[in-house]
Amino acid sequence: MINLIIDISRYLMILLIALYTYLNFRFFSFSDEIRKRKICRRQNFSMFLIHLLAYLIIWLETEDEKMLVFYVAQVIFFFSYLFLYRLIYRNVSRLLVNNMCMLLTIGFIMLTRLSFDRAMKQFVIVAAAALVTFAIPFVIDRVWQLSKIPWIYGIGGILLLGIVCLAGTSSYGAQLSLEFGGYSFQPTEFVKIIYVFFIATMFYRSTSMKTVLIVTSVAALHVLILVASKDLGSALIFFVTYIFMLFVATGKWLYLLAGAGGGTLASMLAYQLFGHVRTRVSAWLNPWADIAGKGYQITQSLFAIGTGGWFGMGLYRGMPRRIPVVEKDFIFSAISEELGGIFALCVLLICLGCFLQFMMIASRMQAVFYKLIAFGLGTIYIIQVFLTVGGVTKFIPSTGVTLPLVSYGGSSILSTFIIFGIIQGLYILKRNEEEEEKYEG
Amino acid sequence: MKGNPNPKANHHILILTYGVVLLFVGLAAYFSYFLLVKSDSVINNSYNARLDSFADRVVRGEIYSNDGRVIARTEVDGEGKETRVYPYDSLFAHAVGYSTNGKTGLEALANFYLLTSHVNLVEQVVNELSGQKNQGDSVVSTLDVDLQKTAYDALGKRKGAVVVMEPDTGKILAMVSKPDYNPNTLAEDWSHLVAEENTSGQLLNRATQGLYPPGSTFKIVTALEYIRENPSNYKDYTFDCKGIYHNGDYTIRCYHETVHGHQNLEQAFANSCNGAFSNLGLLLDLNGLKNTADQLLFNTDLALPFASSKSSYTMGAGADTWQILQTSIGQGQTQITPIHNAMLAAAIANGGTLMKPYLIDRVENAGGDVIKKFMPQSYMSLMTAVEASELTEFMGDVVTEGTGSALRTDAYTVAGKTGSAEFETGKETHAWFVGFAPAEHPRVVISVIAEEAGSGGQAAAPIARALFDLYFSK
Repeated sequence: MINLIIDISRYLMILLIALYTYLNFRFFSFSDEIRKRKICRRQNFSMFLIHLLAYLIIWLETEDEKMLVFYVAQVIFFFSYLFLYRLIYRNVSRLLVNNMCMLLTIGFIMLTRLSFDRAMKQFVIVAAAALVTFAIPFVIDRVWQLSKIPWIYGIGGILLLGIVCLAGTSSYGAQLSLEFGGYSFQPTEFVKIIYVFFIATMFYRSTSMKTVLIVTSVAALHVLILVASKDLGSALIFFVTYIFMLFVATGKWLYLLAGAGGGTLASMLAYQLFGHVRTRVSAWLNPWADIAGKGYQITQSLFAIGTGGWFGMGLYRGMPRRIPVVEKDFIFSAISEELGGIFALCVLLICLGCFLQFMMIASRMQAVFYKLIAFGLGTIYIIQVFLTVGGVTKFIPSTGVTLPLVSYGGSSILSTFIIFGIIQGLYILKRNEEEEEKYEG
Repeated sequence: MKGNPNPKANHHILILTYGVVLLFVGLAAYFSYFLLVKSDSVINNSYNARLDSFADRVVRGEIYSNDGRVIARTEVDGEGKETRVYPYDSLFAHAVGYSTNGKTGLEALANFYLLTSHVNLVEQVVNELSGQKNQGDSVVSTLDVDLQKTAYDALGKRKGAVVVMEPDTGKILAMVSKPDYNPNTLAEDWSHLVAEENTSGQLLNRATQGLYPPGSTFKIVTALEYIRENPSNYKDYTFDCKGIYHNGDYTIRCYHETVHGHQNLEQAFANSCNGAFSNLGLLLDLNGLKNTADQLLFNTDLALPFASSKSSYTMGAGADTWQILQTSIGQGQTQITPIHNAMLAAAIANGGTLMKPYLIDRVENAGGDVIKKFMPQSYMSLMTAVEASELTEFMGDVVTEGTGSALRTDAYTVAGKTGSAEFETGKETHAWFVGFAPAEHPRVVISVIAEEAGSGGQAAAPIARALFDLYFSK
């Protein structure tokens, strides 16, 4: 009987996520508020239904009342988050909040299925992050000093990265995190944000040759420290983000081309210099040559995705735990295995939808500083999504990056909340402005 | 706020956004391609533990011969205990393999299909509600029970292997390896089969994993290289055979020191004259011979859908005379698997193009609807059509004029090559035969090796004869 429920709800969940994703893109074709609100309500409905179905299965499979309590706690959290955001900020982008909640829901479902303890930890961090980041739109609106302190961002970022490089604990060959009394903390996740602020504050003042040279050197220093920490995924994210921001700030194609050329050269150099880069590349080119060793993680991921197929094995029917670090870098494979390839594709589209919203907001901002911030943060976000999904599907070599809001990890969660909070702040700022103009006009 | 230094910033944001969207389209397309096309072959891997969990919900499907006879099935008793039954006992031991102590043969190859159920939706729901497992899909193999049985009986108690396949499709019709085991009692016999003092190697599929000196069957390769190096005048080669060929301190003997007398290339091939071919080997460009051997898939992973060994050919430029004399007649260090030898003959039979050998014809659900059909696939071209037809002529002479006399019949014409491979001084030679029929329009290829059985013409050719007789009487 459980099997039948799993089977039916498996298809239902795919249908619901497809509907949700469709609405996400349909939203942009409407301009009147009433229809937009209707779409958002339908999205909420889909999300809560997916959540309910998934936890029904989790409860049936585990027969553990803890799961029900956990479920109710999450429902309360999501309701209050959706409600409070609108209460505090009238002009919030509901679509963006919905997408955050949807991605968090998927993360909770998969984490609960993989490890209840981790799901609990994740929930606590999410709740705390949600609470803290409520203040961000308020801060963005009122604190002008944010655009006046480039060197605090620049030096702060380099110092933090430097500390990680020297004192960080290493995992999978890379220095990523600092340990504080049992808690590990990944400064890189936050440096990403202040790095974008640094570039934006510098370029909004001037895009003279001198500034470009200075900013390029500082950005290069960031990237080099990350390379020295062997955190190549982050190095790549920082690098591409800088090139993109430089291009948008100056409008010079030459910079984009030079960046692309330099990036290619640097990758080839990295391949020659670092053994672990060669390992990753060879594991990407032919993981089957060493299934039990270097190719183990990626082949297990491909087994998971392939065996799950379009419709998935159903929750608890796959073996996602066979993939090392599945709850972090390889969560996408677990989703694809148990919830299905279609579901996973929808997750990818929802992430892309968030990015498109970021870019729309960036386009609508008149102030260069805000424009660059929105654009830079959006770029950081989407590269991360691309690297993780591309890596686990063997589209590109795996770089060890997490899927924001879905993967397990406190630093990643908090920093993504901050990014979304800032974007939300910019959106609210813009809408408030537009409203004032309307009344005045 | 200062003025915007890049008035086209929004335009540039749009361009980069398009770039990212394009990247994601590529990613999604790749992901879909993986699920649609690649995943089947990827997930059917012994490292994929997920497949074993399928067995919790599906009764392992049946395996059929090409005419629909059951060669493996799962019986479920009243308490739900499942037993894998092989009605032909050891007849299909290596081809079908086993699924109890690990998986081999078709059981491994078709594992994913056998554990996937495509029974109709209503039945699935009924099974689910009544707590029954769904019946897994069946696999219809390319194996022919009669050919398999004939090969099995003809090989008798000898160690060795037989491969029968269709040159124009690559379908494997029979694959026998001896000694064998009974898959029905494998679990009980396991400790004996893998015991250290047991050196018979019953579990080894000699047809695909056994490495043998090719003996005179390698003369096909030597002859091909000579033809390639002397395209206009290879017919002018002559050799005077006295039964023993002396070169400095070295001697090469023909089988039983038979004196073949005056031989041209074609006659030397037909009579399998060792002296003529050793001498011819000295005239060859050793790099060229190595290249030809490599091109004919020596030293290459055959990439077959089942476990296979790599044939090896090692002689390069700088080899000494003794090595050349030996290697030209298929002795020395060269080793080949019976299936590889069958593939070489199949390529010759098929105008130079080798078809990929395969064992699964189609997958059906429990109701008999076809779920997936496998089509012949070209493996690669091993030689030109002209070369293939010339070798066919040579191989025809082997039967009509030379060592393959056991295959002379009015019913059909055979082209082939015998071999008597020495492997240890003082022991009988391994008997080889590779060939196909009808020579004019080949439909079936056979590769036979009988260990320590004597000459290819006397010990291996009759086994092929029995198989050809059966094939053409059908």
